[in-house]
Order: sequence, then structure tokens, then C-alpha cells
Amino acid sequence: MIRFILRRLLWAIPTLLIVTFLVFVAIRVGTDPVASYLRINSRASPAKIQQYKEANGLIGTIPEQYVRWLWKFVRFDWGVSIKGRVPVWPSIKAALSNTFILGAFASVIGITVGLGIGILASLKQYSKFDSLSSASAFIGLSIPPYISAVLLQLVFSYYVTKWFDLSKPFLPPSGVYPPGHGDNFDLFLRFKHLILPGTVVAIQTIAVYSRYMRASLLEVKNSDYLRTARAKGISETRVIVRHALRNALIPIVTVAAIDVGAIIGGLIITERIFEYKGMGDFFLTAFENGDFPQLMPWMVLVVISLILFNLLADVAYAFLDPRIRL
Amino acid sequence: MTDLSEFEAAVSSPHVPNDELDSDEVNALIESVSPSRLALRRFMRHRVAMASLVVFTLIAIWIILAPITARYGEIEILAPFNGKRGLNSPGAKAWFGTDQLNRDLYSRIIWGGRVSMFIGLTVALFASVIGTLVGAVAGYRGGIIDDMLMRTTDLFLAFPTLVLLLVIRNLFDQLTWLNWLVGDLKSIRFIIVLLVALSWMSVARIVRGTVLSLKEREFVEASVALGSSAPRIVVRHLIPNAIGPIIVALTTSVVAAIVAESTLAFFGFGIDPVYKTSWGGLLGDSKGQVLTGKWWLLVFPGAVFVITIMCINFIGDALRDAFDPKQGQARR
Repeated sequence: MIRFILRRLLWAIPTLLIVTFLVFVAIRVGTDPVASYLRINSRASPAKIQQYKEANGLIGTIPEQYVRWLWKFVRFDWGVSIKGRVPVWPSIKAALSNTFILGAFASVIGITVGLGIGILASLKQYSKFDSLSSASAFIGLSIPPYISAVLLQLVFSYYVTKWFDLSKPFLPPSGVYPPGHGDNFDLFLRFKHLILPGTVVAIQTIAVYSRYMRASLLEVKNSDYLRTARAKGISETRVIVRHALRNALIPIVTVAAIDVGAIIGGLIITERIFEYKGMGDFFLTAFENGDFPQLMPWMVLVVISLILFNLLADVAYAFLDPRIRL
Repeated sequence: MTDLSEFEAAVSSPHVPNDELDSDEVNALIESVSPSRLALRRFMRHRVAMASLVVFTLIAIWIILAPITARYGEIEILAPFNGKRGLNSPGAKAWFGTDQLNRDLYSRIIWGGRVSMFIGLTVALFASVIGTLVGAVAGYRGGIIDDMLMRTTDLFLAFPTLVLLLVIRNLFDQLTWLNWLVGDLKSIRFIIVLLVALSWMSVARIVRGTVLSLKEREFVEASVALGSSAPRIVVRHLIPNAIGPIIVALTTSVVAAIVAESTLAFFGFGIDPVYKTSWGGLLGDSKGQVLTGKWWLLVFPGAVFVITIMCINFIGDALRDAFDPKQGQARR
């Protein structure tokens, strides 16, 4: 097992190098850093432009630039953004922690509720509950996050506020904290701002995981070893919990690991609509500004998280399923 | 046949093993119905899917007949009424209300639907053709083509879709030698090329998987023995036999393309909103307006959009069951 993990981690290094190089080329060619600089500093003198180019390693062929960028990157010299000259690392760190909180909040609720619904639905296959949950999951999957997000804003930030004649929105439609609050930690306000974006993400998660769980448990229910377990005279609860659920959860754990890894870069739509300052919003803002120094570290962090969580999924699979030898 | 048990075994296991066929297939053998006929029959029995098909057809007709069904032009600005130059709530003059520039939302949903549907269907068509060919060749040939396909798609499928769309959008815009193909950054053609470039991959993976299992079958072996060339086997035998998964992948890519286009348009990276609109563009218009209670801007386009997506999803799901009933049993 340890050898497997080490080998995979070693493999991750060349993968990371190749992927970051491709991403570097794509972004470098796609967004002209000099043009982005000029858009913000429209009257920069040629000397200033030259200075900017040198500071950001924009001289020479693209492979040369990549090597220079990589060398600075691994020494944690991540530079400053083009717009506003903000240091990249502190802002990406803040975005990471915001996304982590939103992702954890939404996935914990989404996955537990989704699994619960899936288990109930498959235990009572073809019941009313089963068809109702299937239909809801189908509807949930057909509603893109930007529609549910704006709908939630309309209902909970506008209408509920209006009906109850509140002075402030019932649930805040945007931000991590109310405007003017600053960054002082306040659990209640923080939670209030998490509810709407968290719900948008959780709806999708519930829909997906209830389907997974249902399908997985139904497959296990027809297996021979469950018949054997029942034939041994084990109580039905124990058959379901110890034999059926344990096996049905194996594929789901691996899917969940990959999904959680994707959260780091994947909540762009929700974060943008709720102006939630996470990684997705960070990416979109950097993209709109053509902010090369911000885009590359973002990409690298997303790729690292994808690779790590894929590895985690494989390890979890081997750990949970004794039939698999690494 | 001296032993009675042997006789019983012979009787109870007839030529076609019973437990591998469902009742439809047994009936089909008796009536001699073709597999596609059988699939159609299974599809028709799916009530929700049939209802979805009807609704989808109605929406399609409503959209195709835009010159008749739409009350105003696509970007026609109405003269001020109810004392307002824009954001009129639904009423007799504008059934679904008007937007900020006083353009009729009802008409714009119809016109926008044309763009969304056109993009969805065109992208799905191109993506399926390219994906089928690449997937079939990769699955049949294996080797380096297959490795390259799988590694590239692994890479692309790992990234968040929106990130890929945006980065590749910029890349296509900057690569001058692609200009003849992609056209202007804010044109429909650009969006179509962009979406095809990303969506053929999932079709290719599905077809590859199907072909991998098909190529071990006897009829392919027979064709090889008869001296058929590889292109002939791919085109005449493998692709026609993989038609079920291909059609299912086609419906999935229609949904994926419509959703992807509207995501881009929602955030202002879509087609030029001055001349044309799409459902995503209309939804994007609602973004800033709901906090002042302009509900119609979200509710009407949102409802039409979600109903359409749901219909295609249900149709796709029923098609999957129809072509591959055994796989569907766990999900149903």
C-alpha cells in the first residue's frame, strides 16, 4: 500500500509538470499579459512595460518563460496581480479557505441527505417515496445552478423580506459578510451568508448522491452474499447495515473523494452569483482581468487537488474493498 | 439418454438460455421483431418519456414558427407604456413582461430558443459524428491512438467545464490560424466550434467502450475472416452495432451543449447580445434584477429552459432503457 502511494506520488510530479506546461501555454497564448497590463495602465511608458515584462518573466520563448515561471513558483515567489498589485498568495489563501468552508458545508449536508434518501428509496423500491425521490432528483439535476441560485435570491432575499416587512434581507443575497463588516469572524453572520449558496450546491449533491446510493444498494441487494447472510439467520437490520450498506458504500466513497477534490475549482457559478469570495470567484475575476499572475497559481492548485483526491479515491477503494490488491 | 435427470436438464435449458432474456426479447424471438423495433416498443411504453416527447415537440414547433408565434421582433424595443420605458410587469401588451430596454420577454424567449436549440442540436450532431469516428477507431485499433484519446480526455474531463470553456475560448480567439473556422468571438459559429471542440470527447469515450466489447464478438471475427478492411469493419459493423449508445450520447450532448452555451451567455461570454439572444442570455439579464423583485425576468425563461432540459433528459433516459434494458434495471 505504502509503495503504491509513493509510486503514485512520484508519478504525480511529471503529470503535474506536463499539465501545468499545457495550461501555461494555453493561458499565455490565450490572454496576452502585456495587453492586460496596458488595459489597466493605459499610459505606461515603454520603460515601464519592459520593467513589467522582466518582473513577470515575459521575455524569451514560451518554454523559457515556463521554466522561469516554475522556478519562481516553487520558491513561493508568486508575485502580485496586474490589477491592484495585490500579492497573489494571501488573496488565494483567503479564497481557498472561503471555498473550503462553503464546500464542506454543502457537501456534508448534500452527501448525508442524499445517501439517506438513496438508502430509503432502495429499501422500499417502487414505493411512493421511491418514485417521489427519483422524480425530485431528476428535476434537481435538470435545474442548472444559476437558475436555482437566482430563484433563491428572489424568494429569500426579496420576497420573504418584503412579506415580513424586514429592514434587512431575510437571507443575504451576496458576500461572505455584510458590507462594511470587515473580516472579523462572526459565526452567526458567516452561517447566514452560507445558507443560500450552500443550498444551491447541496441540491445538486443530494440529487446526484441519492441516485448513486439507490443504484448501488439495489445492486448489492440482489447479490448472493446477502442471501447467504440471511440464510445464516442474521437479523434483517444487521444484514442491511453490516453486509449491504458496507459494500454499497464502496463505489460511493471513491466518487465522493473525486467530487470533493473538484470543489476547489468547481463552485464558480454559485460563488459568482452570490459574490462569495472563494476560488471560483477568484478565477472568474482573474480571468476577466486577464490577470496572468493570479490565473497560473489557481490552475496549479486545482490540478494538485484533482491529482491528490484521485489518489485518495484509489487508496480508499483498496482500503475498503479487500478484493483489490495494490 | 438413459438418465432421467440429464433429460430434464436438456428440457429445462432450451436452445436460448431463458435467464439471459427478458420477456420482451422472448416475445421478439417468437414474433421475429428487429432489435430497433424492440427498442422503439420499449421506448413507447415509457409514459413519462412519451409525454416529454410531446412537450418537447410542442416547444420545438413554438420556437421554429417564431415569425408567427412571436409577437414582436427579437431586439424590437417597445414604445413606453404604463408610463415606463422598461421593466414592465406582465400584462396584455407584453404577456411575460419586458426587460430593461422594454423588449417583450415572451417574444425574446421564442427567438432566444431558436439560438439555444440551434446551438444545442448542431453541437450534438458534430460532436457525435467526430466522437463516433474517433472513438470507434481508437477502440478498434487500440495502441497509440487509444492511449492518446484516453489521456487527452482524462485531462480535459478533470477540469471544471466553465474553466475549460473560458480558457479555450480565449485560446481560439488568439490563434489567428483558426480564424477561418471559428469566426468572430461573439458569433454563433464561434460558440458552436468551441462547444464541439470540448464535447466530442465524452461521445468518443462511450463509443470506444462499446467498440472494445463489440470487436471481440463473432461477427467481427467473421468479417475479418472474410477479408474485410479495417475501415469497412468500423463503418459497416462496429458503428451500426453501437448505435444505441451513440443515440443516447447524442441526447446527452444536446443537453450539455444547451447548458454550456447558456452558462457562457449567463456570465456574458456568449453571443453578442446586441443582435441576438439565447435562453442563457435572458437568464443572465435577470441576475441583477431579482433583488428589486422583477420576478418575470427569471421565472418565464427559467421555466421554459428547465422544462426543455427535463424533456430531453427524460427522452435520453428512456432511450437508454430501450436500448439497454438490463443495465437500466438497477436505475429504474
